[in-house]
Formats: sequence, structure tokens, C-alpha cells
Amino acid sequence: MAIEYLYPQFEVLRNPDRCIACRVCERQCANEVHHFDTDLQKMVSDESKCVNCHRCVSLCPTRALKITKTNHQFRENANWTGEVIEEIYRQANSGGTLLSSMGNPKNYPIYWDKMLINASQVTNPSIDPLREPMEIRTFLGKKPTTIERDENGKIIPNLSPRLELDIPVMFSAMSYGSISYNAHESLARASKAMGTYYNTGEGGLHEDFYKWGDNTIVQVASGRFGVEKDYLDAGAAIEIKIGQGAKPGIGGHLPGTKVASDISRTRMIPEGTDAISPAPHHDIYSIEDLRQLVYSLKEATAYKKPVIVKISAVHNVAAIASGIARSGADIIAIDGYRGGTGAAPTRIRDNVGIPIALALASVDQRLREEGIRDNVSIVVGGSIRNSADIIKAIALGADAVYIATAALLSLGCHLCRTCQNGKCNWGIATQRPELVKRLNPDIGSERLINLLTAWGHEIREMMGGMGINSIEALRGNRLMLRGIGLNEKELEILGIKHAGE
Amino acid sequence: MKRVYVNEKWCLGCHLCEYNCAFANSGVDDMVKALKGKTIAPRIRVEESDSINFAVSCRHCDNPLCVKGCISGALSIQDGVISIDSDKCVGCYTCVLSCPYGCISTSEAGAVQKCELCTKNADGIPQCVAGCPNNAIVFEER
Amino acid sequence: MKYVIIGNATAAIGTVEGIRSVDKYGEIVLISSEPHFTYGRPLISYLLLGKTTEEKMNYRPLDFYETNHVTAMLGRTVTSIDKNIKAVILENGEKVSYDKLAICTGSRPFVPPMEGLDTVERQTPFMTLDDAHRLAELLGEQKDKDVLIIGAGLIGLKCAEGILHLSKSLTIVDMAPRILPNVLDEYGSSFLQRYLEDLGMKFYLSDSVARFSTPNHAIFQSGMELDFDVLVVAVGVRPNTSLAEEIGCEVNRGILVNTHSATTVPGVYAAGDCTVSHDIAADTDRILAILPNAYQQGEAAGVNMAGGDKVFDQAFPMNASGFLGLHMITAGSYDGEAFITTTENSYKKLVVRDNKLVGFILIGDVDRGGIYTSLIRDQVPLDTIDFDLIRQHPQLMAFAKAERAKKLAQPH
Repeated sequence: MAIEYLYPQFEVLRNPDRCIACRVCERQCANEVHHFDTDLQKMVSDESKCVNCHRCVSLCPTRALKITKTNHQFRENANWTGEVIEEIYRQANSGGTLLSSMGNPKNYPIYWDKMLINASQVTNPSIDPLREPMEIRTFLGKKPTTIERDENGKIIPNLSPRLELDIPVMFSAMSYGSISYNAHESLARASKAMGTYYNTGEGGLHEDFYKWGDNTIVQVASGRFGVEKDYLDAGAAIEIKIGQGAKPGIGGHLPGTKVASDISRTRMIPEGTDAISPAPHHDIYSIEDLRQLVYSLKEATAYKKPVIVKISAVHNVAAIASGIARSGADIIAIDGYRGGTGAAPTRIRDNVGIPIALALASVDQRLREEGIRDNVSIVVGGSIRNSADIIKAIALGADAVYIATAALLSLGCHLCRTCQNGKCNWGIATQRPELVKRLNPDIGSERLINLLTAWGHEIREMMGGMGINSIEALRGNRLMLRGIGLNEKELEILGIKHAGE
Repeated sequence: MKRVYVNEKWCLGCHLCEYNCAFANSGVDDMVKALKGKTIAPRIRVEESDSINFAVSCRHCDNPLCVKGCISGALSIQDGVISIDSDKCVGCYTCVLSCPYGCISTSEAGAVQKCELCTKNADGIPQCVAGCPNNAIVFEER
Repeated sequence: MKYVIIGNATAAIGTVEGIRSVDKYGEIVLISSEPHFTYGRPLISYLLLGKTTEEKMNYRPLDFYETNHVTAMLGRTVTSIDKNIKAVILENGEKVSYDKLAICTGSRPFVPPMEGLDTVERQTPFMTLDDAHRLAELLGEQKDKDVLIIGAGLIGLKCAEGILHLSKSLTIVDMAPRILPNVLDEYGSSFLQRYLEDLGMKFYLSDSVARFSTPNHAIFQSGMELDFDVLVVAVGVRPNTSLAEEIGCEVNRGILVNTHSATTVPGVYAAGDCTVSHDIAADTDRILAILPNAYQQGEAAGVNMAGGDKVFDQAFPMNASGFLGLHMITAGSYDGEAFITTTENSYKKLVVRDNKLVGFILIGDVDRGGIYTSLIRDQVPLDTIDFDLIRQHPQLMAFAKAERAKKLAQPH
């Protein structure tokens, strides 16, 4: 037998005084960590299988369980950390690319936490959102630069198609396949209830979900899975996915084993075949090519749907966004390097792309400078963690934000980052029926609704504090932000002053 | 009236309802103290197969065959809730024979036991429902 | 509307509750020759066994008559019925008029002729609370009496269960070749017999008392002789049909009633052990002296008397007749294809006929047996359920998904 180089990452701590051997942990762990030993007459665990997802911890009725990081360690070395060593062992063992899921976990700066929000005092009084109207409704799409009037002086309604959001937060793309049917249903129902949108990702639209079409953004990605006329017509908007924050520059691969009957039907590919999304769209090699696709999709849907182009935040994002704004797209979605995924090569997830705050600031600045900011709306995602992040994003110039990791967390995700195994104990990133049923969309949608409702309250509260009663007045209002602990260059890119200035 | 209803679509087969039931009816205020080292005899029980699970407890029928067949008057229906006076029960098991759902079970004490919607314990609302992690068991008007 | 109910046991109480579910205010008069508050009749063996006390034997809460506005004439006996003037006539000549009449007169012990029986002073039947009192008195508390029970049917054996611990010895004799012949099959009978013998009961089967040579000495047909101190005669019962018969109700051993519990005389209903019902398991008309049936028949009578519409058409034999720690439930008929499982401590038999479960015996493990009963009651076609699964043990899993949803997600 080969030498086992890896020591389990976690320890399962069971308080024997509290464990009543109800075996709920055993039944709930798809990784088969726990079992009841009939000889010992007690519960035992195999921590090598534990991914620290907390399903057992959360369901243990006597709080007899906790999971800790093992304090077993390699010889300390600030350069050759335990993680680095482990990864080498793993690759030396397998010869394969390291795979991970969810967003970049590395200790890079979090710019949201390096910006502070203003509040009014005396001269520009703050507003009490409980007493006064506070408008956070948001429209996404092109804004006409002029008002046209007919011969009688009446305004000609020349608005291009747009999305109307009751709250400037949408659920970003997660395919049916990467997440479960019930996770999708939760997102769809919450979107409808909250007056916002969720996004199919590149997984097609399950036939059951057409009824939520008015709250659905349908995605067209490089594999074109599930794309056909009814699909395009079903959504409220169409998103062309060029890239995603977790894995800029590469495509995707859903293994054939996960392409079961429902998924194969929804993606419109044969059962059991690998679903490979190429790295590029093979018909897009220029902004002109992109424009062709934008207009093909508009043509196919009679110019009734706004088209979104989603890119990951990379080095020259401003120039790319400028091109997109000229391509006929109505909305640009930018995904930062912290954005999540169901599976990505670890090296790419952890080393490619740039922070969304910097990308957003430079894109907004560039489009303004070029006088084309109103050609498009800007939606940003890639680890929007709370309502303050949203306020900061909007003040930097975003029209709305995309959230996904936060949405999954509210559905029960514990960020164990093993989505790629398909054994999600919370019924989210799995297609196994016995696991999928663990997420009841009645509960899931309610939790999503609660999250957005809470954030809505907080957004209004912070706007009120700044003396702003309309989200329009916050958009791009960088005076409402100050940097903290940022250097000159960072402040310059963000277009904000330092705290105290 | 409100009853406990079960939707097998959402039942995980975790058996928490059984433990919450046993605890709620133990008369002890700590679950560990109540259940540690014991074989539980809950009033709700999970049936399971490879892919299907569901919990079964008294349906509190409008036409309660258990009450109608009870030889001692120990079972009665009051405001829709069927309860057992274990003091009067002699353990003849005519109710076990009568219940179409198999929801009356024998107890060590001799008298039979059944779900009484937690009306007799301190919790007031059915604890199987309160503790169900996935809304597979609900307490509502239908 | 004025209702008169003759009787005060299960069927009579069912009738009261049936009436009150429809008519809250009509006058109800309940007449019973027994002087006691309504009590659970099968409890008398449990009373002797010590599993209940007389205080706890009330079949309904003690304010039952008041809360249901029932005039209870207890200790009074109806001697006849005058259907022309619609009145019942009591032992003292008093007349109680009625608009609707329910006859819930139950049954009485049947005592076959035995030479010298009348010389036996220390004897009793075992049907009523007074019988139980009398038996307790005869036995005393010294555990020094040899007891002879004639009859190894339910009444005899329940009596035996109740008094085993009070008796020095207990002997049961029956003409039938096995015990509980109306409840069990042969294997079940022998299973139970072994169990009871291990507890100290003695059985003489295919035998009977030829004569009592002295008040304490029985001589059997087989020639065997036995000294005893106390005699219980539990050979059988006969339905009390004479009141009904006299006013022209059709009677064939028991009073004939339809599924609405109506007799053949308009306005007169009957329920319980005095009637003949249609046994759906055996598909025959017979007397079913079964408590759950009695209640439901009474309830139907009450509802229909009060102008409602209730059918009781699900009568079949069913007995929960455990003995001293051995649990046993049985139902239906044993005529059909049998599926049998036995272990050292249990016996299970399911009987199938024409794609339906028609009967079962569960001894030892009775858990959830009511699910089997429901298959008989609802006459569920077995090809609509997973019979192989439900054969293993009673479970709702064996029903189709839609049927399960009906059972678990709908009010009943």
C-alpha cells in the first residue's frame, strides 16, 4: 500500500456525554463519516471523509458534535505552508490538475472592507427610511441620451427593453446541473417574490421553470446548451457569458455521469455525455463578432429583451467593457475574482482575475470618459457579501449587483468547497435525489426572500444616513466613499479620497 | 382543525421527529437526560425504503375507529384531538387492531400510547413538526 | 323528537352519541336493568386481574348523561313494548313513550342443561359487573380455591386470565377440540393453549361435564372426575331478542337490521350483540358480538333515528384478546389462501381470498396490526398494493404513492 501523505484536515469532536446515538449524523452524512458501532454501542467517525459541511453539526439534536480544523501540522514554514505542501503531495499522487469550488479563498485585499460610507450631519440632514419614501427600484438597460417628441410635443416612448428590479440585487448564473432542481426553484420563487431575477447559467431552462420566465435571465454560453427559440423567449433577458470570475479564460466541463435524464433534457444533449463548454465562443473573436451574436439574439426575440454580456474582471477590463458598450449589449455584467463556481482548476481560481471593486471603478470611469456610460448598465458580482458591499458597489458606479455565494449560503451552503464531489449534504450542489430533497424550496425561497428583505432594509437605512432618498442619486456618487489603508494608486483607480480628506 | 400532515417528498428519513417526540413526552427537561442510553418509543414513526421516507403519526380522524372500538373509554376525542387516558387503559389493544394507520403503539407501562399533538406536555405545539428540518411534517388546517 | 334506548352498554352509548351528533336537543331516555353507570363490559376480567378498578371502569365520563341530556333510568327493566301507542312498559307498569326506539339489549349467558347444576351453589356466569363481584366474592383472597370454568371461548378464557392469580388451580373444559375456536385457527389455538398451560391453566377439551354429583364434584363425559370450589359457566351467549320479537321485528337468532341499523318495524332500531349483521369478511349474515361493531352499529342507529343518514356496512369479526402478556389480535375469516410466518414467540397468518385480505391472526407481535384490519375493512384489492412488502409487517409503504398521500396529507 502506498504511503498516505495526507492527514485529515478536520477532526470530528463528539461529546460523549451529550451524544444520544440517535444516528441522525450517520443518516445525514453523504460522505459516510459517522456510523454506529454495534460492538462499542456508540457512534464513531471517520474524519478522513469529513469536508466540514456542518450538516451533522446543524442537525444534531443535542449539540454533541463539532468539527475543528486539525491542529496536526507540518513543520512550520511561512513559505512552504501546510497547504502548499499538501497540494504537492496530492498532485504527486494523482498527476492531475487540482480542482476546487466556490470563490478564491486566498488572502488578497478585500476592497469593500477598505472603503467607508458617508453619513449626513447638520447641513444635509439624514432621512428616516421608516417615515419617508426611499426609492431603490432600479432599471437596467440603455438610457436614451435625448428625449424625442412628436409634432404635438408628446414624448415618444423610445426606451429600449430593460429589466425592472425592486431591489438592485439579482441572483447570478448557476446552472441546473451545477446546482439542484430545488436550489433553482428556490431562486426562481424568491426572484418572483422580490421583484428581481435569477439566471439559468449555461444549463438550459427546465420545463417546469418556464412559468418563472418573467424573473429569469437565460444564458447563452460557449456550449450553447439548452439554447433554442422557446428558451430565449422564455426569459426576461438574455445573457451572453464570455467569462466567469472563478475561472477566467477557461471553459467548463460537466461530467457525463451528472448528465442524467432531466439534465440531459434541459441541456438538450444526450444522456451520459460530457457537457463541455469551450473556453471561447468559437464564433466570437472580436467585438464585431460579439455584436453579431448580440443582434442575432435580439433579432431572434424581436428586440424585446435586453442582452447582457458577462465577462470576468481581468487586467484590461475597462477596454473590453468599452467594446461591449459599443456592441449593442444593454447590460455589462462583470464578475470579480472572488466569484464562486461548482468546479474550477485551483490555480486558476486562486491566481487569475482582479478584484471586482477595482474593475468596476475603472470600467465606470472609462465609459464615462468615453461618453458611453448610458449605453449600458453595469452589474457586478464576485463576492458581494452584504448590503454595505452593495452600497459601495453602487457608489462606485454599479447599477445593480449579482449575488450567488451569498444566496447559496442562505440556502444552507456552508462553503465546504467540495461542490465538485456532487455529494452536497445540503441538497444544493448535487443531483442525487436523496440529497436534492433535503432542500425544500418552501424553506429555501423563504430564506432567500428574508435575506433580500433584510438587505433592502439596510440599503434604505444607509441611504437615509447619507441623506439620499433615491438609489439613482447614489449611483456613481464616489463622494460617498472614503478609502482606508489604501495607497495613492488604489485611491486613484477607485476614484475616491482617503478617509480624513 | 389543525392536524399533523406529512409530505413524503420532503422527508429525509433523519428520524429527528422520533427523537423530538420521545423527548417531548419524556417529562424530562433535557434531551440528553431524557434519551441517553434509552431505546426510544416515539409516538411518530418513520417508514423508510431505499428512496422513500415518511413519518406516520395519529391522523386524529374525524371518524376515530380507535375511540369507537375502545372498550374502556380511555380513548376519547375532544375538539378533534384524540387522547388516551392511560390511567383507564387496560392494554387490551383493540385500538391497535382498529387503527388503519398503525399509529397506536404499545408502551412499557402497559397502556397504549399515541400522538396527542403535544397537548399534554409543556411544549404545546407538536414537537415533531417544530423539529422537522425540511417541513416534511407540518401542523396546519387542511 | 323523543328517543328511547333500551340498554346501557356500547351499542346504547353509540346510539346516544349518534343521536347527539345530529340532534342536540331531542329528549333521550335510556333504560337499563343494570343499576350501574355505563361501564366497559369487557373490563370485568381486567377488574379481577387488577388492571383497572371499579372507579375507572366508567365507559364515559361521569357527567356523560348530563352533558348529553340523557334521562338514565338505571336498574329499571323494560318488560314489553307497545308499538301501537309507541311506548315501552317497565317492570312496574310505568310507560315511557317514544318516537324512535333503539334496542340495545345485548345478550345473556347460555347455560346448557347439566345434571345437578342447580345444586352447585358457588357458581356464576361471567357477563356483568355483578357477575365479577360475585366471582371475586366466591374466590376470596386466600388463593385457596379450585376453579372450574366451563367454556374455553373468549368469555371463559378472559375470565381465566382475570382469576388465575386468585385461584389455587384453574381448570377449563370445553366440548370443542381446541380453545377459542371462534377466534383462532388450529395452530393459534394450540400456540395459545401451550402458553396458558405454561402459566398453570389446565384444559380438558373435546369433553364436557356430564353431571355434578355433589355441589363440589363434576363428572365429565370422558369419565374424568374433578373436585372444585368455584364454577364459572361461560359456555356461550344468546342474544336478547324477545322484546323485538314480540313487536314483530324479524329475528333470525339475532334481530335483523339493515345497514342503517333499522329493524323491520318502522321507527325501531337495534344495535350490538342482539343483532345479526353482515360479515363482510365471510360474506354471511351472523351475530357478531364484537365491541367496535356494536358501537358503530349503535352510532349509525342514533344518527338515522335523529334524521341523519349513516350507514354501517363494515362489520366483521375482530378481537384483541391478549392473555397475560401474550398479545394477540385477529380479524375476519380464515377461509382462503394462508400466508403464515412463525417464530418461537409469534405467529402470523394472513388469509387471502379473491384478491382481498379477508382475515389475519397476529400472536406475539401485534405492532401496527390495524393496517391489516383496514385492508379487510376497506376490501382493498391486493393487486393495488405491495402485498409482499406488507406481508413482512404492516406498513403504509406498501400502498401506492397517491394512496399514501391520501392517508398522510389529507384530513380524515
